[in-house]
Amino acid sequence: MYGLKDIYSNRKILFYAIIFIAAIIMLSKLFALQVVNKTYRISAENNVLRYVTQYPARGLIYDRNGKLLVFNQAAYDLMVIPGQTKDIDTAEICSILDIEKESFIRRMNAASEFSKYAPSVFLKMISSETYARLQESLYRYTGFYVQTRTLRKYTYPSAAHALGYVGEVNNDEIKADPYYKPGDYIGKNGIEKSYEPFLRGRKGLKIYLVDVYNRIKGLYQGGKYDTISVPGKDIVTTLDIDLQRYGEKLMGDKNGSIVALQPSTGEVLALISTPDYDPSMLVGRIRTENYTKLQNDTLEPLFNRALMASYPPGSTFKPVNGLIELQEKAVTRNYEYFCDNGYYAPGIYVACHHFSSFNMVGAITASCNTYFCNAFRLLIDNPAYGSTAEGLKIWRSYLSEFGFGSKLGIDFPNELTGFVPAASFYDDIYGKNRWNALTIISMAIGQGELGTTPLQMANMAAIIANRGYYFTPHIVKTIDKDTLALDPAFRQKNKVSIDSANIEVIIEGMKGVVNGGEGATATWIKIKDIVMCGKTGTAENPHGPDHSIFIAFAPEKDPKIVIAVYVENTGFGSTYAAPVASLMVEKYLKGEIENTWLENYILNPPEPEIKENKNEVNEEKEEKVEEKD
Amino acid sequence: MKRRINIWTNVDWIVVVIYLLFLIFGWINIYAAVYSEEHTSIIDISQRYGKQFIWILASLLIAVMIIVIDSRFYIFFSYILYAAVGILLILVLFVGKEVNNARSWFEIGGLSLQPAEFAKSVTALALARYLSKQGRNPAVFKTLLVSLLIIFAPAVFIALQPDLGTTLIFLSLVLVLFREGLSTYLFVIGILAAALFIATLLVESVYIYATLVVAGFIYHLITGRGARISIKGLAIYLITGGVLYAAFYFIVGKVPLELVFIIALVISGLLYAYYIFRHKARYALIALAFLFGSMVFTYSVDYAFNNILLPHQQTRINVVLGIDSDPTGAGYNLNQSKISIGSGGFAGKGFLQGTQTKFKFVPEQSTDFIFCTVGEEWGFLGTSFVVIMFSFFLARLISLAERQRSAFSRIYGYGVVSIFLFHFLINIGMTIGLVPVIGIPLPFFSYGGSSLWGFTILLFIFLRLDASRDEHLV
Repeated sequence: MYGLKDIYSNRKILFYAIIFIAAIIMLSKLFALQVVNKTYRISAENNVLRYVTQYPARGLIYDRNGKLLVFNQAAYDLMVIPGQTKDIDTAEICSILDIEKESFIRRMNAASEFSKYAPSVFLKMISSETYARLQESLYRYTGFYVQTRTLRKYTYPSAAHALGYVGEVNNDEIKADPYYKPGDYIGKNGIEKSYEPFLRGRKGLKIYLVDVYNRIKGLYQGGKYDTISVPGKDIVTTLDIDLQRYGEKLMGDKNGSIVALQPSTGEVLALISTPDYDPSMLVGRIRTENYTKLQNDTLEPLFNRALMASYPPGSTFKPVNGLIELQEKAVTRNYEYFCDNGYYAPGIYVACHHFSSFNMVGAITASCNTYFCNAFRLLIDNPAYGSTAEGLKIWRSYLSEFGFGSKLGIDFPNELTGFVPAASFYDDIYGKNRWNALTIISMAIGQGELGTTPLQMANMAAIIANRGYYFTPHIVKTIDKDTLALDPAFRQKNKVSIDSANIEVIIEGMKGVVNGGEGATATWIKIKDIVMCGKTGTAENPHGPDHSIFIAFAPEKDPKIVIAVYVENTGFGSTYAAPVASLMVEKYLKGEIENTWLENYILNPPEPEIKENKNEVNEEKEEKVEEKD
Repeated sequence: MKRRINIWTNVDWIVVVIYLLFLIFGWINIYAAVYSEEHTSIIDISQRYGKQFIWILASLLIAVMIIVIDSRFYIFFSYILYAAVGILLILVLFVGKEVNNARSWFEIGGLSLQPAEFAKSVTALALARYLSKQGRNPAVFKTLLVSLLIIFAPAVFIALQPDLGTTLIFLSLVLVLFREGLSTYLFVIGILAAALFIATLLVESVYIYATLVVAGFIYHLITGRGARISIKGLAIYLITGGVLYAAFYFIVGKVPLELVFIIALVISGLLYAYYIFRHKARYALIALAFLFGSMVFTYSVDYAFNNILLPHQQTRINVVLGIDSDPTGAGYNLNQSKISIGSGGFAGKGFLQGTQTKFKFVPEQSTDFIFCTVGEEWGFLGTSFVVIMFSFFLARLISLAERQRSAFSRIYGYGVVSIFLFHFLINIGMTIGLVPVIGIPLPFFSYGGSSLWGFTILLFIFLRLDASRDEHLV
C-alpha cells in the first residue's frame, strides 16, 4: 500500500555492499591479470606462433666413378589458409595451376574442412615453371602461399630398382618413427629406403610470429628457437652406371635380371631387373598415377627380380654341387662316369645328351646331367653319414655357407631367402627314412624344390672367383665420403669350407664352358684376350618357355667381375643369357665392345631362328627329369 | 485512482541508455569474436553477429511493446505467465532439441527458444505478486516456504534439462527474500550452507572440517568473555586429535582423518558443554551448534554425492563446478580465457586485432566467454569500463527499486537486481578465475536471442513498472 512502512529498507545496504566489493575484487583481479602480469601476453604469443618445417635437401646419390645419379630439384607445395582467401579468380588460378574447376572447389572444401585458420596443402609439388607463372599473381591471392620442398631428379632413366623411390609416409611409418609427420617423404624402396636415415638429413623448424590475419610478422624471438635443417648425406654407390645402362640396353624388352659384382669386395656393379621403369616416373604429382599404372602392369615392373625372384638355378648350380662333392670326397678330381645319353638308376632316368665319359672338369664344361646325378647320389647317400637325411644335412650346411636358403644381407630392402629343402621337408612328404638321393635327384642338376635368387647365384660365382670366400654384396661404397658409416659386415670376409684346390677344378671346368673343351656349351661368346669362366643354365618354367641363365667371372686369374644373367622365357642358357653376360664383362673390362657382331646379335636378334646362324651353339639337352615311378 | 502521466518521459532513461550501450558494445565484441574476412557485412545472417543484430532489433521492439502495455497487465498476469512458462519448462524436457546432452531448446521453424531464459522474469513476477500481498513476510515460516517453492519449482525443471548454470541463478532470488524480511540468522545459515555445499564438492572434506574448527575457535575467541576457555578448548581438541591420530597411525596403520576430527570435536565439545552450562553462554552454544551442524552437513553432502548420486550425475555436477570442465586437460577453458584477457594488457590489442579471439582458442567465445574478447581487444580499459558500468547499472536498479511505492514493483525490482547481479558475478568471475566455470551468459553481451530477449523482458517490465510508479496505487 502506498506509504506502507518498509522496515527492511536498510537491507539495501547489503546489495550495494555486494556490488561494491565484487567490483573492487574484479577490478583488482583484472588489473593484476592485464596490467601487472606479463606472462599471459607471452602465453598469447605462443598461441599464435606458426611452426614452419624446413625440409632439408635429400642426400645426392653417385655411381662408383663419381657420376651423379640422383639429385634434387626444388618443388613447391601451394598452401592455403581458407579463412583468409577472398575474391578468388577461380578461372585464372585454375589455368595457372592446370587443374579443373571442380578439382579447385574440391581441394578448397577439403582444406576448409580441415581448418579454416590453419594452413593445409592445396596442391602438392607444383613444377618450377608453374611456380614461376604463379609467383607473378600470387600476391592477389591472399591466403595462399608456397612452401618449398625438394623433389628427386635423375640423371639417367636407369637403375630404378637399385635406387628405389621416395614417397609420402604412410600411417604405419609415422607410427614406427615419430620423426615423420604426415606429408613427409620417406624412401620407399632400394637405396632410398635402406639408407633413408642418412639421405633424409634432419628437418628444421622456423617459428614465425603471425598476426591476426595470419600474416608473418617476423621470426619468433629473432629465430632463437629455430632449428636449422641439416641436409642429407651424399651417398656413393658401388654401381657402375655405364655398365648398368649397358645391361639395361642389352636386356631390351626381355624380362629378367642381371647382377654384376666385384668379387674382391662384394660391391654391386650392376643390378638390373627388367622390365623396369624410368625412376622419374615416380616423382612429384605424377607419382600416384604412375605408381598405380606400374602396379597394375602384369609384367610387374616394380618387382625387383634380382633380389626378389626365386628361380630354380638349373645347371648353374652344378659348380656348387661339384665343389661339395669334391670336398666331401664323394668323387675325386679324376673320377669318371660314363654318360649313356642319360642317367639310369632303379626307377629313375634323367636325360642327357652325351655318349662319353667325364671327370669333374669335363662334366662342368659339358654340363653333364648324368655325371652330377651320380655324384650327388654318391654324396647324399654316402653310407659314412649313416643316413640320407644326414647326407642332406651336410650338403645343406655347405650351401648355407654359400648363402643359399637365407638372406645374404645386402643393403637392400625385401631381399628373398630362396629355398633349400631340409630333411624334414622330405620327411613330411615321403615319411621319415622313406626317401633317398634318388628321390631328390633333380637337385643334383639344380632343379626340383631349389629356389635361388640371381643375387645368390652371382655371389656363388664370386666365391668361386675368389677361390673360397665372399664379401656380403652391398651397393653403397661411402656415405658422405666416409666408409665408416657402412655396416661392418660388408668388410668381413665370409669363408666357405672348400679347399681352393677343389675350386680350381671347378674353375677349370667353367673355363672350358667358354673357352672350349669337350661338349663346351658357350664357346661362341668367348671374349678376345680375356679368359672368362662361366656356366650355362636353364631354369624350368612351368608357365612357358624356360629361363635362360648364365653365371660367369673374368678374368680367370684375379677376377674383376662376376655376373649372373637371367633372361626369362628364352630357353637355354647359351642362347641369350650367355651372350649378354659376355658383352657385359667385355664392356666392364675393356670399356668398349670389340665383338660388335655379338652386340648386334643381342640388340637386333635375327628372326625367328637364331640357331642357324651359329654353328658354335652347342645344344644342351638337359634338365629333362622324368621320374618313372 | 489513476493519474495520467506520460510513460515515455517517466521511463528511466539512464538505465535505457546503459542498456543500449551494453547492446552496442556487446554486439561489437560478438562481431570481433566471430569475425572472418569472407563475411564482412554486419548483417550477414549466416554469421552470429548478423543474427545477433536481428535479435537486438527484435529486443528493441519487445522493449517498446513492454513499455506500451499497461503496467497492471504484469501484475494481473504474473501467475498465469509463471504457470505458462512452467508448462514450457516441463514440455521442453520431452520435446526439446537435444544439444550437448541437454534438452533446453525448443526448435520452432528455424528459431530456437530457451524457455529457461524467460522463466527468470516470470518467477520474479510471481514472487513479487505473492510477497506483495499485505501481511506477507518471509520471516513467517509459511510465507518463506511458499516463496521458496515459487523460486525453486522452475529451477528444479531447469536442473533436469540439465542446465545447472541457470538453476543456480534462481538461488539469487533468495536475496529478495532477505530484502523483504527474511530472518538474518536463516539467511546467514542459508548462505553458509550453500557455501559449505559447494565447498564440500570442490575440496576434500578434511580441509573443511579443519577450517570449521578454526572458524569456531576464532568466533569463540572474539565473542567469548575470556580467551582462557577458548584456548583450553582448543588445546583439548588438539591433544585429543593428536592422540587419536597417533593411535590410528600405530594401531591401524591408516588414519581416517575425518573420524579423528569428529571424535576430537565431540570430546572437546564436552568441555564446551560444561562451560556453557556453567556460564549460560548463548554465543558459545551457537558456536558449538554451528560447528556440529556444519560438520554433519558436510558429511551428509559428501556421503550423498559419493554414495547416492550416479557416476554420470557426479560428472555433471563436477562439470558445472568446473572440476571436470574440459576434455583437453584440466582448466583449459579457464587458462585460455585468462591468456586471452591477460594478453589484452592495459589498452587492449584493438578492435579485430585479438589473436586469441580470432583463432578460437577460447571455447564458447561469443556466448559465455564474450568477456574474453572485451579483455583482449579493449584491455583493462574495456574490462574496467564493463565492470564499472555494470556496477553502476545494478546500483541504479537498486535505487529504482527503492523508490517504488508499491511493494510489487519493489520486490520485482529486487528480483531483477538479484538476477543481473548473479549473472554479472558468475560470468565475469569465471572468465577471470574467481569462481568455477559455470556456463551462464553475460547479460546483453553474450550471443543468443533467447537470453537477450529474456534479459530485455526482465529489465523492461521493471522499467515499465517504475515508469508508472506514480500512476497506480496498487
